[in-house]
Amino acid sequence: MSGEKIIKINHLTRVEGHGNIHIKIRDGRVEECQWQVVEAPRFFEAMLRGRKWYELAHITSRICGICSIGHTLTSLKATEAAMGVTLSEQTEKFRRLLVHAENLQSHILHLGYLVLPDLLRVPSVIPLVSTHKDQVLLVVRLHRLSNEMSDLVGGRTTHPQRPVVGGFTKWPAAEELETLRTRLADSLSDVEALASLIKDLAGNLPQFVRETEYIALTGTDEYALYDGDIASTDGGTWPVDNYKEITNEYLVPQSTAKFAKHKRDSYMVGALARLNLNYDQLTPKAKEVAETFQLRPINYNPFMNNIAQLVEVTHSIEDSIRLIDDLLKNGIKDEKPSFSIRAGRGSASVDVPRGILFHEYEYNKDGECVWANCVIPTNQNHANIQKDLEALVPEIKDRPQEEIELTAEMLVRAYDPCISCSTHCIFL
Amino acid sequence: MEKPRVAFFDFASCEGCQLQVINLEEDLLKVLEAVDVVTFREAMKEQSDDYDIAFVEGSITRRSDEERLNTIRRNAKVLIALGSCATLGGINCLKNFHEQEYVKKLVYGDKASSYETYPSRPLKAVVPVDFEIHGCPINRDEFAMVLKALLLGKKPEIPNFPVCVECKMAENICVFERGMTCMGPVTRAGCGACCVTEGSFCWGCRGLVDDPNANSQREVLATHGLSVQDILGKFRLYTGFSEVAK
Repeated sequence: MSGEKIIKINHLTRVEGHGNIHIKIRDGRVEECQWQVVEAPRFFEAMLRGRKWYELAHITSRICGICSIGHTLTSLKATEAAMGVTLSEQTEKFRRLLVHAENLQSHILHLGYLVLPDLLRVPSVIPLVSTHKDQVLLVVRLHRLSNEMSDLVGGRTTHPQRPVVGGFTKWPAAEELETLRTRLADSLSDVEALASLIKDLAGNLPQFVRETEYIALTGTDEYALYDGDIASTDGGTWPVDNYKEITNEYLVPQSTAKFAKHKRDSYMVGALARLNLNYDQLTPKAKEVAETFQLRPINYNPFMNNIAQLVEVTHSIEDSIRLIDDLLKNGIKDEKPSFSIRAGRGSASVDVPRGILFHEYEYNKDGECVWANCVIPTNQNHANIQKDLEALVPEIKDRPQEEIELTAEMLVRAYDPCISCSTHCIFL
Repeated sequence: MEKPRVAFFDFASCEGCQLQVINLEEDLLKVLEAVDVVTFREAMKEQSDDYDIAFVEGSITRRSDEERLNTIRRNAKVLIALGSCATLGGINCLKNFHEQEYVKKLVYGDKASSYETYPSRPLKAVVPVDFEIHGCPINRDEFAMVLKALLLGKKPEIPNFPVCVECKMAENICVFERGMTCMGPVTRAGCGACCVTEGSFCWGCRGLVDDPNANSQREVLATHGLSVQDILGKFRLYTGFSEVAK
């Protein structure tokens, strides 16, 4: 086929941060195919040097507005690991609840506001306000519930204030948790409606398969989000302290963010990676949703990350209800954090909405940060996005230009990239 | 009457302030009835250079970003800085206290020369700014209030009194009495003292009031056992760009 197709998408829309897709097809040959990250770097590790132990979670929370809870908790865990702080069972449970709140907020935002317009072939959610008002209101309701859950447990929807080193400054009252429990249980019908809406449109998700490695946290007792060991679908588990053996970050000329690779050229993190590794530990209703979409491990279609997020929405609601029941049964005690400041080095990980996140800090005896490193989920996905594009574009090169453009955009959006995150925390 | 055309833009930031606009939830639908949102990259594919009001989040951290901000300024009748990164420089300015070459080397090693950065700054250090909505993140109710005022042709009222006033109204026990230190006495209100209410202390994210008693604040912090270095650190967390902290 002759002719030239040049696709230059600068500052891709409906993603967090600034990235470009450049594709050039000439006479039926793909000559260029590149995922570029052009976000302004912010140099967080430099910002952290010399700052006090109690400020690090506050500062690193600002790496990302959407996953501020994930950064806060990973940061607190790294400081706690460095200083040998132990946590109460109540704190561990409330932190898990907070991870679920963020998972819900982030996944609903992505599915409802960023992905749904592609499935309905419109440029944004705005035209849907008039054509699909009930569905938009359903998404808004779920989004508000997850934000109010973050508010209740974390003290604010974005950049939470209650979680601190060693515990929380303030606890929700039992009555507040009971109300939340009722609302979560009621929301399952909204999630079912969202699932059936997406099911009707799932034919618009490209059937594209590329075998790759998936990496996520894994645990023996739960579908790992807040805690666990590192695991790979290529086999093997590692303690979190060994994260650098897995992430192996490197620089590429087209990007202000680093790329990462493990055993292959690239790997993927996020909801699909977690589902591929920990499927058996999903709640029963979450497995039902996965089955509706025939999403079973190991699934090698990156577009199914959207569906894995939908599965996790159900999981996070069901598991939150279980956690709340547990907390209410034991009664909520007004615990205060207790520990002493000391020199040390510690690393930690939380599997946040977009994938496995690592923070590592070193403190001096006064509790001042002398060294810091953060490895962000989207950094770990950049190389996999590039490799997927290289495999996808030749498969669709003969289609009309607009279709190639939309499919490439949908691929990047399926990863739910947090590009400003990925350029903010890089260190050699 | 035609609806005002509104655009959102961002520079170095976490995009958490634009997220607060989305977090208006059902009220966002009311906003969409009152204005035409013509550009909002984080949420929509539609784009236009024809707009009346520009909301801009983030700090300027590269010379090459100035051109994009200048264009926005030329296109917009009203330019509003959204959040601490845009109004103060915010936490992005923490890197200004290191040599910029050192900062680049720290992150990019021997490839440092391929990457561009300069000391972080608020929007007003590059272009004239008409109004500022402070906070890290912004308070979504304050955003709605500012937008309403603009639609009615009024000047938005941004508080110019310290957080302590709102903290008293929230009936909080004073942070200093709880044995911690606080930036509330010199920080601009408008947040409802949300961090203190949640058991924390004021970090100073909304910047200083217009005429802060910074020396008195330094004394108060010093009597609570903070060294000069600690006090500078407190001021620099958000207001490092301003002269007071230098």
